[in-house]
Amino acid sequence: MIEKGEERMDEQVVREMVAIVGPEDVSTSKADRITHSYDATQKRYLPDAVVYAESTNEISEVMKLANRTRIPVLPRGAGSGFTGGSLPVKGGIVLVLTRMDRILEIDTENLIAEVEPGVVTAELQRRVERLGLFYPPDPASKEFSTLGGNVAECAGGPRCVKYGVTKDYVLGLEVVLPSGEVIRTGGRTLKNVVGYDLTKLFVGSEGTLGIVTKIILKLLPKPAAKKTMLVQFETIEGAAKSVAAIIGAKIIPTTLEFMDAATIECIRNTSDIALNPACQAILIIEVDGEPEILDKQTGRILDVIGPFGILETMIAATEEESERIWQVRRVVSPSLRKVGPDKFNEDIVVPRSKVPDMIRALEKISEGYEVPIVNFGHAGDGNIHVNIMVDLQETGMAARVEKVVDEVFRAAVLLRGSISGEHGIGTSKARYMALELDEPTISAMRRIKTTFDPHNILNPGKIFFTSPPLTEEGGEK
Amino acid sequence: MSINKNLIDYEKVIRECVKCGMCQAYCPTYRMSRREGAVARGKIALAAALLDGDVELEELLGQDIDMCLMCGSCVVKCPNKVPTHHIVGAVRRRITGDKGMPLIDRGISGLLGSKTLKKTAVKGGALLSPLFLKKIPETSGLHLRFSPSAMRGRTVPKVAFRSLFDRFPEFLEGKKDKPVIGFFAGCSLTYLFPEVGEAAIRLLSGMGYSIFMPKAQGCCGIPAHSLGNGRLIEDLARANVEAFKKHEVKHIVTACASCNSGIGENLADMKEDFRGFTDKVIDLSVFLQQEGLFDTLSAMEKRSDRVQVTYHDPCHLKTQGVTAEPRELLKSLPQVNFVEMENASSCCGLGGVFSLHHYECSKAIGARKIAGIEQSGAEIVATACPGCIMQLQDSINHAGLKVRVVHLLELLSEALNIS
Repeated sequence: MIEKGEERMDEQVVREMVAIVGPEDVSTSKADRITHSYDATQKRYLPDAVVYAESTNEISEVMKLANRTRIPVLPRGAGSGFTGGSLPVKGGIVLVLTRMDRILEIDTENLIAEVEPGVVTAELQRRVERLGLFYPPDPASKEFSTLGGNVAECAGGPRCVKYGVTKDYVLGLEVVLPSGEVIRTGGRTLKNVVGYDLTKLFVGSEGTLGIVTKIILKLLPKPAAKKTMLVQFETIEGAAKSVAAIIGAKIIPTTLEFMDAATIECIRNTSDIALNPACQAILIIEVDGEPEILDKQTGRILDVIGPFGILETMIAATEEESERIWQVRRVVSPSLRKVGPDKFNEDIVVPRSKVPDMIRALEKISEGYEVPIVNFGHAGDGNIHVNIMVDLQETGMAARVEKVVDEVFRAAVLLRGSISGEHGIGTSKARYMALELDEPTISAMRRIKTTFDPHNILNPGKIFFTSPPLTEEGGEK
Repeated sequence: MSINKNLIDYEKVIRECVKCGMCQAYCPTYRMSRREGAVARGKIALAAALLDGDVELEELLGQDIDMCLMCGSCVVKCPNKVPTHHIVGAVRRRITGDKGMPLIDRGISGLLGSKTLKKTAVKGGALLSPLFLKKIPETSGLHLRFSPSAMRGRTVPKVAFRSLFDRFPEFLEGKKDKPVIGFFAGCSLTYLFPEVGEAAIRLLSGMGYSIFMPKAQGCCGIPAHSLGNGRLIEDLARANVEAFKKHEVKHIVTACASCNSGIGENLADMKEDFRGFTDKVIDLSVFLQQEGLFDTLSAMEKRSDRVQVTYHDPCHLKTQGVTAEPRELLKSLPQVNFVEMENASSCCGLGGVFSLHHYECSKAIGARKIAGIEQSGAEIVATACPGCIMQLQDSINHAGLKVRVVHLLELLSEALNIS
């Protein structure tokens, strides 16, 4: 099914790809190129070909071919990233890994799982939980995002307050390098100091250094029980101070989620938990562990946050009530459209004690530019989802948003935070990286990229800012 | 002028897809193929490309747009509720020029030769021969669903000797103080499961309602939707609305989930305003709950030899939010011990005529129900859609389980001794 007319891919290259993966798994048809042109950023760049890989060997052969012919390769999982990590901004081959979805082993003696990159995160979690084990990283996309994508972006989630992020659970990797060589990093032991820690280097490298084909993950025993509570505050200041106070009191909850007044406004009518009319901020706090200690923990938390203007506290007594509390959090994203049709979602992170300062800074920016900013997120680890909600149809709005984003990032960096906690840099934050990292640091990163990928064929155009900025292709006409 | 919506009428909702990818978690065909083209996000991207003139129609023919059960599982979970099932319908109508996709020439995959399968093959072999299909009107969706060549090796019920319409007059007089209820039978309850239709009518009649079951009613249109046969969809819509005009009815009750969706939400999505008709369409279990029957049932003495029963959500009720009522009905029955199963709401894999084109994929989707059924310990799976009954029983037989699939009305009529 090779397309006529605007064919860009060299026919000989297509024949070689067919020889590697078979005719069914290579396509240059317009329809297939369109369905592999986007991710959750909603930007669109047409690739020249789509290849579905099913083994390390196939990937290795495709990389050798691409490296020889200098064709860009884009590894792709669920395509649910927020920063353009899987966008084929320079065309080339989109290499789809969703079919490599086997859980190869769950080792209950050593608390280890070995998986292929296309395994869906929640699928692994369900499997290990049936065995009394636990894989903590829980990005909001866990029901559909793949572990390969989670590794590439070093995904986080609400539970990371207590349990850490993806990189804290990756013990070893099998990786196909741009040259086609297959390497193995780390291993199956918790301790391992042989040579450089390449495992950590690949985690979060956004698919620019190699293609992960096997992942060895650390598992934990599944916590016996959990307790969830929802606390409504009179002021945003009170909630922000409570976050700092809980951590300051040396209590680490499993999750510590935060919603500001603008967020609450969006969900006021959709939430089935009654919200106090005076409520300006909400914290959802969850603790886990042995059932006997949970009441003690929630009690201590309530003592610590007592002085910060609490309107109401709801402590879930049953699993269903806990679900009802989480439902309040889940309806947030879909209901944001009420504020404005176009959303700019940034995931800045600041030291936990600086959450109140960051919230103040965001309020100031919002007022200064007269642009609604809705904030919610994983306050417990200082990771705040900043949603700038606008209507881009308004004249001059695009330029205004750009300034707002710039100011938000500067504020986070000034508080010794970071411009991205979980989403990565990709294409959408590349131009801001210099706000946080100095030239020698960026230059060291560039040299690492060149070492692994001298011809710049693996996921080119990501992380490092290329000037002039890449323009989006609105589809070929 | 056509009363079907065109692709352009869906442009606004097509643009509301934010490409988050959540549909990947809920699409049955995506879970099988793991191909972006199979999932809602991919199909919406293609629909948008079609509107923008970026892709040619021919290229979509028989490809990704074909890989959709129109089950609506993605719509329920979509943050923006983008109606992919309707959008796919519009694309299919455009591809086929409103004529419906040709059924012949589509390779029906061969069957594997397992023992259990051969057993079912014998059972299914004699059925729906052309002779039987002759008894069924040409506009019936059963012709689309069961072309004889496609039916080898499947468990399918026999066409009943006497159809539902042979068993009752068009109008059944009830008590003076009770309203007239319209009954939309649908093809399956008329020809394949008339005893279920009969139970529904006897039940309603026993409750004192007058029943109007117009003989002029036709197929609900679901198979035609699935095939993209726009003209047939329109003909059926008009015929059904017309058929129920003869009597003023308070409700139009259905006992088939697909029919409920076909004459309800699908008609409501057309360009012509059919609200006078569609607002009356109601699923039988919802109606019975409103009428307080569940309390009566709950008050009956529980039997000691209760049978374990679980419930499968038909997509066409699930997407309309009808999930609690059928369960409440089952829980209220004196002879039933209700148990929930895992994946109760995942699609059975039938999907209008999907199963006909893609039997292997359909079977694989159906097989995903088996573990949940087995673990629940249920002896009976109850559901509210004849299509699901056929597909689930087929899957169960292939897996060699001894579990029976029934319409929940069969259990209800057993409890109330209606026969």
